Parts: sequence; structure tokens; C-alpha cells
Amino acid sequence: MKPEVASIQVEITMNEDSLEEKAEENKVVKDRAKQTYKEGFSTDIEAFTIPPGLDEDTIRLISSKKDEPQWLLDYRLDAFRKWQSMDTPEWAKLNIPEIDFQAISYYSSPNATNENAPKSLDEVDPKLIETYDKLGVPLHERERLAGVAVDVVFDSVSVGTTFKAELKKVGVIFSSFSEAVQDHPELVQKYLGTVVPAGDNYFAALNAAVFSDGSFVYIPKGVRCPMELSTYFRINAINTGQFERTLIIAEDGAYVSYLEGCTAPMRDENQLHAAVVELVAKDDAKIKYSTVQNWYPGDEDGKGGIYNFVTKRGNCLGKNSKISWTQVETGSAITWKYPSCILRGDNSSGEFYSVALTNNHQQADTGTKMIHLGKNTKSTVISKGISVGKSQNAYRGLVRVAKKADHARNFTQCDSLLIGKACAAHTFPYTESANMTAKLEHEATTSKISEDQLNYCLQRGITEEDAISLIVDGFCKEVFKELPMEFAVEAKALLDISLEGAIG
Amino acid sequence: MLKIDHVFANAGEKEILKGLSLEVKPGEVHAIMGPNGAGKSTLGNLLAGMPYVEPQGGSVEYMGQDLLSLEPEERAAVGVFLAFQYPVEIPGVNNMYFLRTALNAQRKYRGEEPMDSAQFLRMVKQKIKDMNMRDDLLKRPVNVGFSGGEKKRNEVFQMGVLEPKLAILDETDSGLDIDALKIVADGVNQLRSPDRSFIIITHYQRLLDYIEPDFVHVLADGKIVKSGDKNLALELEEQGYGWLNN
Repeated sequence: MKPEVASIQVEITMNEDSLEEKAEENKVVKDRAKQTYKEGFSTDIEAFTIPPGLDEDTIRLISSKKDEPQWLLDYRLDAFRKWQSMDTPEWAKLNIPEIDFQAISYYSSPNATNENAPKSLDEVDPKLIETYDKLGVPLHERERLAGVAVDVVFDSVSVGTTFKAELKKVGVIFSSFSEAVQDHPELVQKYLGTVVPAGDNYFAALNAAVFSDGSFVYIPKGVRCPMELSTYFRINAINTGQFERTLIIAEDGAYVSYLEGCTAPMRDENQLHAAVVELVAKDDAKIKYSTVQNWYPGDEDGKGGIYNFVTKRGNCLGKNSKISWTQVETGSAITWKYPSCILRGDNSSGEFYSVALTNNHQQADTGTKMIHLGKNTKSTVISKGISVGKSQNAYRGLVRVAKKADHARNFTQCDSLLIGKACAAHTFPYTESANMTAKLEHEATTSKISEDQLNYCLQRGITEEDAISLIVDGFCKEVFKELPMEFAVEAKALLDISLEGAIG
Repeated sequence: MLKIDHVFANAGEKEILKGLSLEVKPGEVHAIMGPNGAGKSTLGNLLAGMPYVEPQGGSVEYMGQDLLSLEPEERAAVGVFLAFQYPVEIPGVNNMYFLRTALNAQRKYRGEEPMDSAQFLRMVKQKIKDMNMRDDLLKRPVNVGFSGGEKKRNEVFQMGVLEPKLAILDETDSGLDIDALKIVADGVNQLRSPDRSFIIITHYQRLLDYIEPDFVHVLADGKIVKSGDKNLALELEEQGYGWLNN
């Protein structure tokens, strides 16, 4: 007998005109039409940048710069050939200008020498130290927030990783991806591409061909990583794409909480960021992955900004394993990103908590995929989309329950908040169930900041701008509480900045 | 403290207030009664500066200032408080955080130092105790899932924390059972002081059994048509508003 397949495809599009005319005339709009992006500076530093263009020689050059083993070069070349036969995905609710892949440089390193040598932090160029200080990510361990180790990636290379020695004592490997290729090739070879195959999708294939650096984390059996691990990604060089690759493996019973942040200079040209993140959680392992994405979003006229095409996927391979994605997306001109979980192990669970805010001309198409393969698998999706200005914000989610996934459960809640008249929110929830015992719940709301809410706040003495920030903060609360403390504070501040110029 | 002089105002396209005058001195409690649609709520919204009420003429002087020229948040900061007839919900924002934001915004406008969270917590805990309210009120999101009575109690509690000079209660008694009514009235009575005035908009006399007004006014067709002491409220209760038509 054929299993019954239930499939729902819904598009809910809203753009209501009910904020009063008065709001348009609001003084907040007039006074603060421009949004500020304090990370928008660039660092003047000597760099080795390969000329723009992409062919097999480019890939051989990147691989040789990194002194990579043959198998990895073969992996890249295979991915490149796959990529050449693929087309740009057009299904997203995004207007993506054509990208000239030959006009981009695929490798830029702030120091011409010694890309692969494990760097001691003392050897890092003072200009880089200064850059990260300015970004609020001090590289000296003594200045770091206690309990957070950080790997910093500048354009195509990792410039340093803190607390490595301390982590090594408990068997945790935390290094740049390039270092891991040199020091732990067997681990990299075993897991690379197992969660996101080289030919998975257009941008993942491109990444597999030209990826430069990123972070590598390995938590041995039974180890609870004693501190938060984090990576700070920075694009600096002009006309350069960043193609980072991150791989996190948690053995049986291991736990790790990993954070990433990202920023880029303000430029009129668009820059490409195409990353791949793979997570593997074995029996009883837990991985918590948090992102605060603050790539340059472009100016108020939609000029410039990062094109952010990211494939993030976690494999809950083992029984009782758990992978939790939390993301706060405020940056990028275009965001195309669906952190997903493959729930293979019985009793495994996946979570996705997301806040995506778009302002001005930003476009975001983001969401998740929860693939239930094992029995008693469970997934939770909480998505909060906030649209401001002329932006487009879409939630796209897939919940798929396979035939053997008895008693799978999913709860999805996606809420959209519209601020102003010219923005739009879209919701595309897809569910496919091939097992009659599955329980799937979906809730969706679209709301506006109402005049009544604003008036109420004003009457209590709260200014219009603070009232918006307060209401938005409340709207995002369920997601913010999933973030580690210091990240939650940063995320809230970031939302406030991104909301500047939002109408009242 | 407050001098409303021949005020005209529209709500939407409709002329609601038609030459209303009223004077309130410090420490006085004025009750405004009248039939539905007379303009009672419009008066409260006008004083608070709610944008859906537009003044068309006349003047409102509040503590020596032209009240109508101030933004709504500025009016709050100079001590005008409106307890809403239909308080709104703000999901995810707890009452305490909301109130601290409000109080500090008002203090900032007045050039005072912000109150830190420890000071604030001590203050609200004391207030909630004094006002006989349950302290889970503080942790819950603003009005979310509150019963009608809880919402009204919350309005009075907010009033207690913000300590306004002029408090306007817009049908705070409507929809309350007798116990809730007593708690609300008790909260208001505690806040009565020689330098704080109240305008109590109500439909029924029963609230005035618990909050004794200095003056009672009848508002009909956009104007005060009759004023008196608390006995006027009793008369109205007996006779209704039908006599107004004669």
C-alpha cells in the first residue's frame, strides 16, 4: 500500500496599509532616515589577493596556497565540475541580480606569507588586532570575555584562534579549517561533505570548489566543551568573495555551544558570501549553533551590500542527539539561508529559532528544513520576521516526515511583523508527511505595530522610537532567550540600530 | 491646574466636543457623567493628545502651559495620565520592564536621573503591596491574557507607579465586578493628594460610592450641561439622562 502523502503549500502575502497617514509624516522618519552601520569601515592592510576569475587553475592555486592534500584538491575540482553544470536557483522570493563570477577574486589573505602556519596571536599584524578591537572582538585572551574562545577569519584566512591550548587539555579541537586539514586530515576527510554534499545546490557546490577558511570543531566522546566557541567573520578586501567552510563534530554525549558573527565594510559594490556549515551530532550529543549576521546591508537606496547565500545543515546522526540553530539576521542585501536538521537518530531533535529583520531595500528568504527520518524525532521552529522600509521578508520552511519516522512531531510558529506600508512579508510553509502517526502543528500570524500600541506607549511617556524598539523586542523574545547572554544583548542592540529610520 | 476653555474637537470627521469648558484645581476630583456618545472619552483622549482626536478651537491650559501644543509623550512627562478604557496588549514585554522604560523616559524629559533596576524593583514591590495587587502582575507581559478586571487594575497600578499630577480615568469601572471595583477605587483613593487631580469619566454612579468626587458634571452633546456636587450623581442614577432631551 502506498503511504499517504499530505502536502500543503501555502503562500500568505501581506502588505496592509493601515498605519495612519500621520505616521508617514512622522518626525522620526525625517530626522533619522539614514541607518548607521558602525562596522562599515575598511582596514588598509597589505594583502595577497589573486586576480578575479574562476577556472580550474584558480582552484589549484587556492589548494596549493593552502598546501592541501591531493584528495582535497580532487574534492574541489569535482565540486567545480558539478557547479558548472548547475543553474542559479530561482525559486526563492528574491530578486537576485546576475552575478558575474569571473569578476570576483576568490582568495585574499592579509599576509602574503605563511598562510597555513598556526599563528601565535603575538604574530598577528597589529592592524588586524586594531580592526578587531574596533569591532569589539579583542584578540588578546586576557581581554576576552571569560568563557568564550574565538577564531577570527579575515577575508579568506583565519588570523588567529584564542584559548586553543586550554581547550586542547580536554581534548577539544578548535582551529581554523585550514589548520585542521593539516593537523587532522583524517577527521576532515571523514566528515567533509557528508552533511552537505559537494553537489547539494548551486552555492554549496561553488563553496566546495573555492572555500578558503572557516572553523573546525571536534568535541570528543563525553566531553562538555568548557567554554563557548565562536568565529568572527570579516570581509575586508574589495571585489572579493568570502567562501567559508565550517565543520563541527560532536561525538557521543558531547556538548558544544558555538557562536558566529559577521561584518563587512560599506561599499557601493555588492560582495558575495557563500558559506557552508556542516554539523554532526552522534548519540546523545548536543550542538547549539548561534548566529548574529550583520553583513553590510547596503544603503537606504539599496546600493551595495553583501549577497549572503549560505547552506547550513546539521545531521542528528545518533540517538537522542540534538541540534539547535538560533539566528538573528539583520544584515546583507540578500539573504538566502535555511539552517536545517536531518533527524536520523531515533529520539533526536532539531530546533530553529530565527529573527530576520529587513529594512530599506533588503531582501531575505530564510527558514529551515526539518527532515524526520528516525522514530520519535521532534522538531521546533520559531521564526520571527520583521519587515521595515521597502524590504521583502520571506519565511520558507519544509517539514518532511519519512515513512519510517513513527511518532514524529513538529511544531512550527512563524510570525511576521510589518512596520510601514512599502514592505512585505511572505510565508511559505511546506509539509510532507508519509507517516500517519506524525503530529505536525503550524501557526502563523502577521501583525503590524498598531497605532493603539504606539499610542499606549506614548501616553506612558515612551517616545515613538523607543516604543517601536520595545514592541519589536517583545516580538522577538522567544528567540532572544535562546541566545547566550552576551549575544542576546548584542542582538537587541543590533535590532535597535537596524530599526533606525523605521516609521513610527 | 487645568483650565479647559471653550474647546471644540473632532474625532475622525465628526464634531464631538462643542465648546466645552471645565476648570480643575489641584487636589480636586471631578466626575464626568453623561449618555453614550456625549464626548466623554473624546475629552480624555483630547487631554492625553491621542492622535485620533483633533482640536478645532478653544484652549487647554495645564499648569501654566498650552497643553494642546505638547506631544503625547511630553504630556505624560509633565504629569498627564490616561487610564484607557481598552488597555492594549504588548506581547513579550513584561509589565515591569514597560513601566521602568516609561518612568525613565518621563524622568529623562524632566531632567531627572534614571532610576536603576534595584531602586525601581523596591519601589514597585512596595506599591503593589500598598495597592493590594498580586505581584505576578509585574512579570506578565503588558495586558496579555489579562481579564478585563486585571487590565483595569493594571492601569491603576501604572498610575500609582508613574505618579501623575492629572489622572484621567476613562470608564475604568466598566466591566468590573464589585471586588475589582473596590480594588480599583481603593488604588485611586490612596493616590488622592492635595496636589493631584482626577477626572473620572464614568457611566454609572456606583464607582462614586467608593471614590467620592468634589464635583459631578453632566456632559451631553459635547458640552457640560450641568454641574453639581456628589448628589447630582445620585439624581442622575434615579432619573437617567432622559430629562436632557426635554
